[in-house]
Amino acid sequence: MELIELHGIQKTYYLGEVEVPVLKGITLMVGQGELIALMGISGSGKTTLMNILGCLDHATAGEYWLNGREISHASPDDRAHIRNSTIGFVFQSFNLLPRTSALENVLMPLTYTREQLSRRAVRQRGLELLDRVGLGDRAHHEPSQLSGGQQQRVAIARSLVNRPSLLFADEPTGNLDSRTSEEVLQMFQELNREQKITIILVTHDPGVAKHADRIVRIHDGVIQHDGPADPQAQVMAAGTGGHS
Amino acid sequence: MMRLFKPVGTALRALRRNVMRAVLTMLGIVIGVGAVIAMTEIGQGSSAAMQKTIATMGANNVLLFPGSARSQGVSSGAGTTMTMTPDDAEAIARECPAVRHVAPIVGARAQVVYGNRNYVPVYILGVTPAYLEVRYWTTLAEGDPFDDGDVRRGTKVCLLGQTVARELFDDESPVGKEIRIRDVSFTVVGVLEAKGANTEGQDQDDLLLAPWTTIKYRVSSSPMRSAAQSSSVSSSSGQGSRYPGNRGSQRPVRFTTVDAIQASAWSGEEVPVAISQITKLLRERHRLRYDQEDDFRVLDLTELTKVRLSFSEQMRSLLLAVAAISLVVGGVGIMNIMLVSVTERTREIGLRMAVGARSRDILRQFLVEAVVLCLIGGGIGIAVGRAASLLVTYIKRWPTEPSIEAVVASVAVSAFVGIVFGFYPAWKASRLDPIEALRYE
Repeated sequence: MELIELHGIQKTYYLGEVEVPVLKGITLMVGQGELIALMGISGSGKTTLMNILGCLDHATAGEYWLNGREISHASPDDRAHIRNSTIGFVFQSFNLLPRTSALENVLMPLTYTREQLSRRAVRQRGLELLDRVGLGDRAHHEPSQLSGGQQQRVAIARSLVNRPSLLFADEPTGNLDSRTSEEVLQMFQELNREQKITIILVTHDPGVAKHADRIVRIHDGVIQHDGPADPQAQVMAAGTGGHS
Repeated sequence: MMRLFKPVGTALRALRRNVMRAVLTMLGIVIGVGAVIAMTEIGQGSSAAMQKTIATMGANNVLLFPGSARSQGVSSGAGTTMTMTPDDAEAIARECPAVRHVAPIVGARAQVVYGNRNYVPVYILGVTPAYLEVRYWTTLAEGDPFDDGDVRRGTKVCLLGQTVARELFDDESPVGKEIRIRDVSFTVVGVLEAKGANTEGQDQDDLLLAPWTTIKYRVSSSPMRSAAQSSSVSSSSGQGSRYPGNRGSQRPVRFTTVDAIQASAWSGEEVPVAISQITKLLRERHRLRYDQEDDFRVLDLTELTKVRLSFSEQMRSLLLAVAAISLVVGGVGIMNIMLVSVTERTREIGLRMAVGARSRDILRQFLVEAVVLCLIGGGIGIAVGRAASLLVTYIKRWPTEPSIEAVVASVAVSAFVGIVFGFYPAWKASRLDPIEALRYE
């Protein structure tokens, strides 16, 4: 069973009388454990697609099956619960709570979780995740005391705290220099490989996209290209000749 | 428990992130609650002081006069209307719990002579030491009051009011001096403190107090209707006693009577209770059947009671107005800053929604934040108000009284203000669209 199945997803915005179609029928399958780059220039509809995939928004038409459940008509509360239990988000601008320790930032999503956890279990989980992203010694630092790369790693730990099966990273390296970008992207690759988390990288940067196994390119509201990552990465990974 | 504590913890963490803003937000409530507490304490203090003053004027007092006895249409004459006995007074003291002090009163009107000076006081009253308690007149300018032993023995001692003392002695000290009332010589044992005029402009210091037994048996040989009405009969009784022979001709009374009984209730509120207890007791003691009228009259100082009531009512509504205004102002302050805070934290709200907060979670979070702010502000306000009232007591020497009710009401009102004025900002926050909110710069 695929983790995500999209059938003819359309999204139309209404600006007064004017209809603005943004997504014009997207059909897409994503399997468990894939690492996908969702590419497209700005205005192509890739952010809208991510919002729909991430249950932040709902489609105007079409079907969205997540984990075998059709959720395009789910209520806002249901979608909130799905986001809380199955989906993690990493943002370009980190979106950490200011003046709040790294640990508390990581634990924040658990405020809204339905499962009952003891304070100790919660703390334990937060510390483990910070360890996992290499910030075990920075648990009590506030965002202002951390570098950009460290902040983004805190954000990654936060996105993992509810053990999601699906992770969205919206331009995760947009605010980072190339070296820390590389570190962060490698971390995504590790998470994908070791924990079989499905990761969708939303980016316009081919340098980021090449870290993915599969690239989905959106143009003008439709999927323009869906296939394995670019030849160069394939060459490097497999050591054989590339194909387009 | 978790369900309740989690939002409070979240709220406290959120407030800690911007202490300055939290303090500014609270300021309105702090000042509001502080003002209410301080006003209440100072108001209650001055109210209590005022009540005490009104009480010393006699607001707690009940006066009992004998009524006219109509027994089967046969008038038994003036003497038999004297149905009130010193035992009645003692019984009232013993059996009426609402009564604090009670004293029998025997009146007389006579000339008082000292050396070559003479004076006729408005009141010569035969009483017990409890009379001073009833009248809130326990402090003497000079000397000591007579005691119950003097009453039992009929000792010839007396206390002078300031006016009498001045008329007879000028600047001389009257204590220890001998004065004569109708050829009976009395030793002055003390001088009462000046009390001035009462509400009707009568000089309350124009009086002489002595044990009632002494006045009854040695001075006023004829019974009098009452102390207050003594002037009308004074000339005749005064004449009568001039001639010792008259004393023997008087009809012997079966039991000793007094002209009036004056009692004080524990407080102004208890005056009606005291009256009903006294009425019941006296009817029993006088063996009145249910269809018989009272053979006595009960008077309270209704006018003063009205003053007291209207005063405390005005005080209460004044306090209420101040409280309402200051708390509304504080609440509007909370709402303003909460609205600013919601705008400022739009991205945080978007993030919280993205990680799974439902709109009702956001609503609750901001509501709890507002309530927590108000409660903390209320707590600080109580401390500030308390400090202010202590300061006023210390510097201005105004009387203040701590008020538990004001504290409880302040806490309740703080929470209420938090909910009412926190609701709109919280509702606004919960209506945000997560996508828009996350993109908000």
